[in-house]
Amino acid sequence: MSAPLTTAVRQKNHAPTEPQVVRWLLIGIALIFLTLFLALPLAAVFSQAFEKGFSVYLAALREPDTMSSIKLTLITAAVCVPLNLFFGVTAAWAIAKFSFPGKNLLITLIDLPFSVSPVISGLIYVLIFGLQGWIGPWLQAHDIRIVFAVPGIILATIFVTFPFVARELIPLMEAQGKEEEEAALVLGATGLQTFFRVTLPNVKWGIIYGVILCNARAMGEFGAVSVVSGHIRGMTNTVPLHVEILYNEYNYTAAFAVASLLAFLALITLMVKSIAEWKVRQQLNNT
Amino acid sequence: MKLFKPQNNVLPGFGPTLGFTLFYLSLIVLIPLSALIFRTAGLTWGEFISTVTAPRVMASYRVTFGSAIIAALINVVFGVLVAWVLVRYRFFGRRIVDALVDLPFALPTAVTGITLATIYSSNGWVGRFLEPLGIKIAFTPLGIILAMTFIGLPFVVRTVQPVIEEIEVELEEAATCLGANRWQTLQLVIFPMLLPSILTGFALSFARGVGEYGSIIFIAGNMPMISEITPLMIITKLEQFDYQGATAIACVMLLSSFLILLVVNLLQRWSRRYAE
Amino acid sequence: MNNKKLTTIITTVALTLSIATAALAADVTLLNVSYDPTRELYADFNNAFAKYWQKKTGDKVTVKQSHGGSSKQARGVIDGLEADVVTLALAYDIDAITEKGLIKPGWQKELPHNSSPYTSTIVFLVRKGNPKKIKNWDDLIKPGVSVITPNPKTSGGARWNYLAAWAFAQHQPGGNDAKAKEFVTKLLKNVPLLDSGARGSTNTFVQRGLGDVLLAWENEAFLAINELGPDKFDIVTPPESILAEPPVTVVDKVADRRGTRKVAEAYLNYLYTDEGQNIAAKHYYRPINTKIPTRLAKIKKLYTIDQAFGGWQKAQKTHFADGGTFDQIYAPKK
Repeated sequence: MSAPLTTAVRQKNHAPTEPQVVRWLLIGIALIFLTLFLALPLAAVFSQAFEKGFSVYLAALREPDTMSSIKLTLITAAVCVPLNLFFGVTAAWAIAKFSFPGKNLLITLIDLPFSVSPVISGLIYVLIFGLQGWIGPWLQAHDIRIVFAVPGIILATIFVTFPFVARELIPLMEAQGKEEEEAALVLGATGLQTFFRVTLPNVKWGIIYGVILCNARAMGEFGAVSVVSGHIRGMTNTVPLHVEILYNEYNYTAAFAVASLLAFLALITLMVKSIAEWKVRQQLNNT
Repeated sequence: MKLFKPQNNVLPGFGPTLGFTLFYLSLIVLIPLSALIFRTAGLTWGEFISTVTAPRVMASYRVTFGSAIIAALINVVFGVLVAWVLVRYRFFGRRIVDALVDLPFALPTAVTGITLATIYSSNGWVGRFLEPLGIKIAFTPLGIILAMTFIGLPFVVRTVQPVIEEIEVELEEAATCLGANRWQTLQLVIFPMLLPSILTGFALSFARGVGEYGSIIFIAGNMPMISEITPLMIITKLEQFDYQGATAIACVMLLSSFLILLVVNLLQRWSRRYAE
Repeated sequence: MNNKKLTTIITTVALTLSIATAALAADVTLLNVSYDPTRELYADFNNAFAKYWQKKTGDKVTVKQSHGGSSKQARGVIDGLEADVVTLALAYDIDAITEKGLIKPGWQKELPHNSSPYTSTIVFLVRKGNPKKIKNWDDLIKPGVSVITPNPKTSGGARWNYLAAWAFAQHQPGGNDAKAKEFVTKLLKNVPLLDSGARGSTNTFVQRGLGDVLLAWENEAFLAINELGPDKFDIVTPPESILAEPPVTVVDKVADRRGTRKVAEAYLNYLYTDEGQNIAAKHYYRPINTKIPTRLAKIKKLYTIDQAFGGWQKAQKTHFADGGTFDQIYAPKK
């Protein structure tokens, strides 16, 4: 899904290359394409967010319902990301360091949430925990709320962001092989020591990038969460849902102001990623 | 699929890690998804077939899968180009451009849809210049392709980019020494090396496009038989309180996602073996 | 992540949760699950009711709102969204909740006027000065008129639009169902896109500048004008239209379990008082109490669902179910 970071650092300055004209042409085409498809939408979000000035922008963010949606989104991400991180690391260990039958099937199943339509990802939890679902009536009898409450939102988000860390780590750990770990074990380290002292430092930046992607998606998910949220104002609206509500209330400036928060998040993601690459390069230079 | 090999592995932790993986996978993914299948089981086979092959549903498959293929093809062409430019060339703002590629991951799909409609509708920033040329993007099937291209782009770039980075410069130098011109080198040396990752990127972008809902409804126009996507058909069924019909269509989509991904993963295995 | 950070996060989460529970325990809360165009109405009404209730009983009541497409909301309640009251766009959606046993059958007789404390109708929003001279429903099928309306499969408002056009054609001299279908077919030919919800259509018409006329709830049309510029749009009230009766009711199962029946009933009854009716009128709904002044134009003929279509169950089945008239119109020609 994304670049193993260790490879991002080799410079190719001495590679045979295309004539200057072709190079500029290709760069030009790539830039025009990216401008039309990525830069313009980003610019549109910010231009509409600041259309009525900075004070209106801030006021839109300070509104209580907006604050509560931000809080809910942060809580959701704070629960989802560690869980999927733990899962991602365990799954990557099992899959990358061992061979066993059915490995491809397992990887495919881990990937599945990523291509399932968000409409379906929300629906499945309603089918199970909803009042007409498998354990809905029991839950209601015990006054436990899952769907149309925070747990449902968290579940749907975990589902949607399920593969991110694992997918980032599996290829990376496979590429690194297991010689280093084996050496550590021979030298008398315990399994956990080996993992924390040998494996973890090797895949550190891969983990960070996986966490960043997982986090970005967790905060930005709309479709699946919309199905399980119940849209109770000030209680079960996440940031993306709140954006839709504001937009539907003809409050365009506020809608884009809140949306710009998520765009900022994307930009921060990118910064962290750049730092990660830079760190890896330093590490390589030192060795 | 790999055959079972006897374990001569000294690393510890296989049991617990695989056990937890299977447990968490079942809890979060498999059991919930099985609810879909059980709910559909309330339908007879005949009902199931007639639900998932109704004319409007068939039209929606055509729209969804057709648009997703076109979008994935666009992404392959431009995604490979972008990846190549980002890895091989140095130009001002390269880092920013590299960073921008991940934007579709982080932007909520509803915002994507609204924003694309803002830019490409007939009074939008770009749409107003296309309108006189007779090109309408927003609220036509082209809008669906546009949205799918947007959300699928990072998958191609991020799959192909590391492979381009891995290409040994020596290979190209060798080809040049042996008298190949640049085009021949690209065609005969580099392209075959990229092909597996291009296929993977294509399939990922395609799979993501097929499932997309949030951004598309804002820009598609949703005309029956013309621009209705399959996830919208599921919603339509739900709106009529027809849960079984909805889960039936959902099962078809689920199966197709699964098959697409299985192919992707086999391709990835193949590409690794190919690279070695 | 280091331990300190983790502790901070856990503390924050715990604190947030405890604040949330404390807020719940201190006063009565109701959840009103409603459809899209009533946001502004209930934001106002909930305040008024809270004041009235505190004065009367001393209890503090907080009414939480959830808005969305009418049938999506009904589905939420069916699947366990704990609504004490529902205030939806059509009786059909409340009937669906009744079928699952959450509301007692015969709910529509519980409150006056078919349990609809306010009514509305479908009007036309046109560009300023009405350049296409749209006055009545038959102007909509003229060639070159572009009509914006949402998809009746996913939007309750769109169903009213569709049925209003149908009822109009049916009641013309020599009108019958076949003529009506022909009329609606021609009308849909002039529709360039179908948004999934009513607000989506308004945004398309207003923000994207598409279409010559938007079919909209009367109150939505006024809201759009007030929010987005009286200098850009005009409202045309056709001489004939459909009488939309958005019904309200208590969700018996939920209210009884949560012990909120008394306040939930008082809440809905308050909609029928002079103050409730005035608030409805202020938000461009038509109050059922004719003594309440309203700024809305008189409509000569208003057709009702019962009289023109034999009730919602039948209308839904004939027109919007799979294979109904709407599907037939869009079915590929054989």
